[in-house]
Amino acid sequence: MHNFTPLASLLGGMLIGLSASAMLLLDGKIAGISGILAGVLKPVKGDTLWRLCFLVGLLAGGLLLRRILPIAFDFGLVRPFPLLALAGLLVGFGTRLGSGCTSGHGICGMSRLSPRSLVATAIFMFTGALVVYLLDHLARGSL
Amino acid sequence: MKALLTSFISGMVFALGLGISGMTRPIKVIGFLDFFGAWDASLAFVMIGAIAVYFIAYHWSRKMPSPLLAADFSLPRRGDLDANLILGAAIFGAGWGLGGFCPGPALTSVASGAPAVLIFVAAMVVGMYAHTWLIELRAATSDWAASSSKDILDA
Repeated sequence: MHNFTPLASLLGGMLIGLSASAMLLLDGKIAGISGILAGVLKPVKGDTLWRLCFLVGLLAGGLLLRRILPIAFDFGLVRPFPLLALAGLLVGFGTRLGSGCTSGHGICGMSRLSPRSLVATAIFMFTGALVVYLLDHLARGSL
Repeated sequence: MKALLTSFISGMVFALGLGISGMTRPIKVIGFLDFFGAWDASLAFVMIGAIAVYFIAYHWSRKMPSPLLAADFSLPRRGDLDANLILGAAIFGAGWGLGGFCPGPALTSVASGAPAVLIFVAAMVVGMYAHTWLIELRAATSDWAASSSKDILDA
């Protein structure tokens, strides 16, 4: 196992949990990123501004990371562009069809012990691992 | 106003958490999903940290009549498992393993200006619209759309 970073990951995870907790306790909202973005792409009156503020905050946080922690954008492994485009399509479509992503299902839903989120998280982890196996083990070198 | 400021600051803290944890680096994500290779368990700790904090917040919230800065909690209420949930999660996972990005880290990484991220995010937006179009198409041709056009609260 290389690049194992349990402490940084735990700390980062707690910050994510803190942010999601503030959204819940203060604003009463679920911090599910795919849902927040989808609500901006298809705006509903009176339910858009908070989403926009969250996304602008996300971007502001990204700009801050660029300054204080440039390694955050040292991607390390960048798939060829056509694969990335396909990946984006699948992520966008799949998170809408399945009503959530890693944050909404994986963190918020799992913490609430929501059966839908437990099932969704198990499934996306499984298919993610399956694709990595197919791509990086079976097809290694042929791409 | 305070609620909007909360959203902005939460977005920022969320991004910092993603960056510190390693979630913005596809090599960490793909390393985590690579159970049959040199498995990097780091991202399991992201979930442990996030869930530990949120689990407490959620139980706290259940004792509150309403959130501090809003009239009420908008939480998903569904408990049923349907084909859309299962198929959607499977498709999302495949894209996650393929690209190494999920929505939060991808949007945060837009700040890097890297073409790879911009391509991924543009395609992700197209994928979301494609879902909307499909729902509308279904609604126009038949009425089995009812089960699919759930609102965006279902996270």
